[in-house]
Amino acid sequence: MLNFFSPSKVFEISSKSTKYVFFLFIIVLTIGLTEALFLSPEDYKQSHSVRIMYVHVPAAWMALGIFSIIAFLSISTFVFKNKNFFLISKSLAPSGFIFNIIALVTGSIWGKPTWGTWWAWDARITSMLILALFYFMYILSWRIINNKNNAIKISSLIAIVGAINIPIIKFSVNWWNTLHQGPSLKIMSDTTIHSSMLIPLGIMTAAFALFSLLIFLMKFNTEMIRIKNKGLDRL
Amino acid sequence: MIKEIILMNGYGPYVWSAFFFTLMSFTSLYLLTKLQLLKEQKRYINKFGSLSKAKIAIVREQKINKEILLNTIITKI
Repeated sequence: MLNFFSPSKVFEISSKSTKYVFFLFIIVLTIGLTEALFLSPEDYKQSHSVRIMYVHVPAAWMALGIFSIIAFLSISTFVFKNKNFFLISKSLAPSGFIFNIIALVTGSIWGKPTWGTWWAWDARITSMLILALFYFMYILSWRIINNKNNAIKISSLIAIVGAINIPIIKFSVNWWNTLHQGPSLKIMSDTTIHSSMLIPLGIMTAAFALFSLLIFLMKFNTEMIRIKNKGLDRL
Repeated sequence: MIKEIILMNGYGPYVWSAFFFTLMSFTSLYLLTKLQLLKEQKRYINKFGSLSKAKIAIVREQKINKEILLNTIITKI
């Protein structure tokens, strides 16, 4: 099963599928933007400002999801002693970081008309900011540590420590009294979002996931070619 | 109609700036990643071109190297 994660196997898939993912992303994003900006209804309370949800929520979901995968792969690196996982984690990090920044900035823009302020040191917002710092430290560790083995260990450690923040982000709105609203989408019970808003939200989430996949594939290819460049130097 | 879409009951500047920021972030990350990929591909081709025939034969034995060479020539998106 672990052979599936071998660099040559992933490279074979990633090098062939990039252009297809790119075109699919453009199609899904165009549909998503049309739905989010023009076709979906305005909210009876928040009016048109609710449209910010279509970029804010998928970005937050993706940032959380990607960091969870990075943390899982980092734990796997230590458990299975498989160093192939680090290439996947390293390639996922840039898109996760960008999604985190988008979630923070669009949340701030949404906060102004809704709460009357651009920023509040609220549990959800602050924990998302901490996640961005962990993403930053993870990416920085790869840039400043030259020894590959040390970089794998330190970046994995950052991801594992940062994973403690994931449940804090998820349950912050339940554990503390926050300005940020509670979850509207629930897995275990009925969702409180109407289908006319849920469908555009789903399409935009799919577009964001495709963008993340596109960046992952390109970044993975870059990393693989970089390794092979070093191999050519040693010949 | 167009004015209504742009202004969105006074929420237009918030909504449009949020979407604009998102799309700009996507474009920037895509271009940066693409640039890095092209730079590495160029370096690989330059190094590969300077190899002797014997070394080229060794490099070509590896599946990943074949894929890189194939994609460097074909991929220009």
